Amino acid sequence: MEFVSILPALAFYLFAGTACLSALMVVIARNPVRSVLFLIATFFSVAALFVMLGAEFLAMLLVVVYVGAVAVLFLFVVMMLDVDFVELRQGFAEYLPLGGLLAFVLTVELIVLGATFRLPETGIGAVQSPIDPGISNIEAFGLVLYTDYAFFFEAAGLILLVAMVGAILLTLSHKKGVKRQNISDQVARTPKDGMKLVDVKPGEGLG
Amino acid sequence: MEFLFDTATPLGWFIVKTLVILGFVVVLLISLAFLLLADRKIWAAVQMRRGPNVVGAFGLLQSFADFLKFVLKEAVIPAGVDKPIYALAPVLTLVTAFIVWAAIPVAPGWVIADLNVGILYVLAISSLGVYGVILGGWASNSKYAFLGALRSAAQMVSYEIPIGLVFVTVILLSGSLNLTVIVEAQAGGFWHWNALALSPITLVMFPMMVIFFIAALAETNRPPFDLPEAEAELVAGYQVEYSSTFYLLFMIGEYLNIVLMCAMIAILFLGGWHAPFDFAPFTWIPPVLWLAIKIGFAFFMFAMVKALVPRYRYDQLMRLGWKVFLPLCLGAVVLVAAWVTFAQGGG
Repeated sequence: MEFVSILPALAFYLFAGTACLSALMVVIARNPVRSVLFLIATFFSVAALFVMLGAEFLAMLLVVVYVGAVAVLFLFVVMMLDVDFVELRQGFAEYLPLGGLLAFVLTVELIVLGATFRLPETGIGAVQSPIDPGISNIEAFGLVLYTDYAFFFEAAGLILLVAMVGAILLTLSHKKGVKRQNISDQVARTPKDGMKLVDVKPGEGLG
Repeated sequence: MEFLFDTATPLGWFIVKTLVILGFVVVLLISLAFLLLADRKIWAAVQMRRGPNVVGAFGLLQSFADFLKFVLKEAVIPAGVDKPIYALAPVLTLVTAFIVWAAIPVAPGWVIADLNVGILYVLAISSLGVYGVILGGWASNSKYAFLGALRSAAQMVSYEIPIGLVFVTVILLSGSLNLTVIVEAQAGGFWHWNALALSPITLVMFPMMVIFFIAALAETNRPPFDLPEAEAELVAGYQVEYSSTFYLLFMIGEYLNIVLMCAMIAILFLGGWHAPFDFAPFTWIPPVLWLAIKIGFAFFMFAMVKALVPRYRYDQLMRLGWKVFLPLCLGAVVLVAAWVTFAQGGG
């Protein structure tokens, strides 16, 4: 029985470990395609952590959106890129001071945050069981998202719509002089207006 | 020995679950062998051929002979491939194709994982299938395989969107993401099934089933949307550099995905394991057989489409997905949501 009680902890360390390790490999892998693959492994491990927290809806969304769509586009772009690895490595010394400084600042910030962060004494219970265990994950989300935060939710949707319209507008170009296909015209064609029968006399041609 | 199979203890639960999963995998694989044969037989019958008829009576053992042939062949790994990823791709295809089935309920209570987010799980894991394709094509170090993989990935990602929206309409009607609840909501004869119900919303749901069927053809790279494998242009698509067992894994994965789509049609629209009439001679047939019959019917339609419909052009395929199915499905979501809110008084 003792073995069973440590199973969740074991699973947590397994997924957390793979998440951290693959996040590290994203940065140090030499081949960009492998970097993206490790990124996918990171997403997946984090999704598993969400499942362990009981947030299976978030976990599935993470897999559908990030692994199923965003990372595929990453992979597309990276595979199409013609990256010169020798050239990439030459710039290493040049960027080292700036990158090192950034890494140092971030590390110090994380350490300071970790050292000073405390959960409020009264808040621990609320953190552990934020929703009524009787209702499902999705219901809990919906009840909050479409009532208290409905305005913010719709605003976020609007921003995404604007971004989508903008992206389409930037890439859409109607070149002049290019024949475009009109499906309804093609379907509506009949032999009457598409074909002409000509009685050609021998030796004369169509002239 | 009995304590080993006592599901109350964690060890017993683990052993029983493992055995159930193993049994399910074996049943799936054996059904797949005969479905593969059925696919070829139907195709042959449409073209007035006999199809495979040498191995076993009526060629019944053809798939097993093919299996042995694949496994016993030498695995040729071409020069210049990215070996780990080359080997990973078919395994990924097969594993994702199998683990989706964990959430599929085959009879009352017969489901490996009764997930609250079952339908999302199916969507999430089947969207992983695209990685097997894209990685296989890329790691092969061949331009034909790579072009096939790009086509296939773009096609699968595009058609996931209409499929997701069709799922939303079913979720709205049933009020749950749990596949077992979705099936139970269709109990009591075929006039309660989502696609055939005796209510005005059927005018929306039946076309949704047709759209799901067509999108499933595109999602699984089946004819008439088998452009990734268009042999006239791309030799054989993303798996052209694969041979022997590696190729077999790809093929099993592809066919499992096709059967999964058939199962989803049965579960979402045709009442899952429920009999078409909820009275005597029909209820004598066990539920799991009813589901199998419905899956078989959907698979028959898949096979007929392969035999009857000529291949699409790639731009027509993309147009169909983005300009026809997407607006139609969005409109259907609005209609079904309005129906649930105003006609049924809230879901």
